[in-house]
Amino acid sequence: MIHVLAFYLFAAIVVCSGALTILSRNPVHSVLWLILAFFNAAGLMVLLGAEFIAMLLVIVYVGAVAVLFLFVVMMLDIDFAELRAGFVDYLPFGLLIALVLLAEIVLGIGLWSAGPIELAQRAAPVNPELSNIQAIGALLYTRYIFLFEAAGIVLLVAMIGAIVLTHRARSGVRGQNIARQNRRRPEDAVRNVNQPVGQGVEL
Amino acid sequence: MTAFFQNLGLPFEGAWLLSTIIGILVIALPLMLAVAMIIYADRKIWAAMALRRGPNVVGPFGLLQSFADGAKVFLQETIIPSAANRTLFLIAPIITFTVALMAWAVIPFQVGVVLANINVGLLYILAISSLGVYGVVLSGWASNSKYPFYSAIRASAQMISYEVSIGFILITVVLWAGSFNISAIVESQKGYYGFLNGNGFNPLLFPMAIMFLISAMAETARAPFDLTEAESELVAGYQTEYSSMAFALFWLGEYANVILMCALNAILFWGGYLPPIDWAPLYYVPGIIWLFAKIFFFFFVFSWVKATVPRYRYDQLMRLGWKIFLPTSLLFVFLVSGFLMFTRYGGAQ
Repeated sequence: MIHVLAFYLFAAIVVCSGALTILSRNPVHSVLWLILAFFNAAGLMVLLGAEFIAMLLVIVYVGAVAVLFLFVVMMLDIDFAELRAGFVDYLPFGLLIALVLLAEIVLGIGLWSAGPIELAQRAAPVNPELSNIQAIGALLYTRYIFLFEAAGIVLLVAMIGAIVLTHRARSGVRGQNIARQNRRRPEDAVRNVNQPVGQGVEL
Repeated sequence: MTAFFQNLGLPFEGAWLLSTIIGILVIALPLMLAVAMIIYADRKIWAAMALRRGPNVVGPFGLLQSFADGAKVFLQETIIPSAANRTLFLIAPIITFTVALMAWAVIPFQVGVVLANINVGLLYILAISSLGVYGVVLSGWASNSKYPFYSAIRASAQMISYEVSIGFILITVVLWAGSFNISAIVESQKGYYGFLNGNGFNPLLFPMAIMFLISAMAETARAPFDLTEAESELVAGYQTEYSSMAFALFWLGEYANVILMCALNAILFWGGYLPPIDWAPLYYVPGIIWLFAKIFFFFFVFSWVKATVPRYRYDQLMRLGWKIFLPTSLLFVFLVSGFLMFTRYGGAQ
């Protein structure tokens, strides 16, 4: 009963906030609706019993990715009229993409529920004693270890690429010498002088 | 408690819902009281360190000062700047406050006394604390004012930076305990050298305990890392445009977060509800008293630091987070997992 209620609550909020992400006029509001959608999707994951995935969804998407989105969008100088102008022009293209995605999802689910490859695995009983994290870890570090490491390398390359693309060596910048700053003591920096009247201080 | 309501004739789900709501109230209401008293304690500790008296007028020893302040703030007018984004301006403090309360759901107060004993407890805390940044960012943006916006940008950069090293520090503890469940982490700290309780007594984890304490100060934007509300630069930071209860919600949320971080220090590194020494008579003292004593000790450390250490420069803060804490915590993840591999899990094969 509570499960069903919770499911419909989360699902309704995901759908509504997904729609509002596209429809709201202010980009900052769009990002906030997107965050709400992520958060409720995490709620749906919890209902499925995939609490580890749910927590990762919140940590990675809500805690890191969406913060960066919000950052970028907040800094923008927003011209609402210009933003609204292209809506009708892009509508057919957007609908096309939506249709392709829908077809892919339907195909994917259809193949998954009828496919012969996964059938054997789904028939194999999952150990109920095993927690989510242990189950995922046991698969990730044995059967999918190469894929996992390949994903890591792709991310590393992407990170290095981003740094290389945005880094520019500027000349004439005075860097800080932290060790020198930390070594400095009051005795080196301050000097008490008892100066006679009418004479300047020798530095 | 669910069983109790079921005996009264409620169906399981109704009983569960009712007992959970009661559990939430039993945690949240005393927490608010604790926040009020801890603000008083904070002010008394600074006063003592500055050779002042601190609050001493309202009630005996000034004990009711926080309540007087609360009543004052409650009676003030809520001012919303005309150029502000109304909805977000009002939602931001609510987010800060709610998020600060949510994390307490997985904190164990005693053996088995925890609202939600989920097996990803620590990840839940990480997830919730990563939400905290939205309250600050939204308040800064929605105020439509220069200084709050600077402060919001500073705050989010600071929180994200230190969350990274906090994540790695938590991983060392999780590796040692072999579980993400917080109660299991507490239980795993029993009996170091046969008589001590607490990961902090483990030479591999002690440096992590210190780094976690410092990162916790940075994460909650307490002095010496309170760059988000550096008065000399940013007026009052992201709270500049707020007044009345909206302002008070930020205040309450901030202190609830500070207490939470103190509790995490106690739970992850110093044995939580276990007595510090593994000696049978000490177990007669209820675990909740040990936990509160440890929380208060760490709160005292927080106040002590705030009263004595000058504010960091922003570049120093970033350097500490990214160039010192991140590599060091990564190194310790490596060391701890290597150590466990060679001892507990039977060596390299």
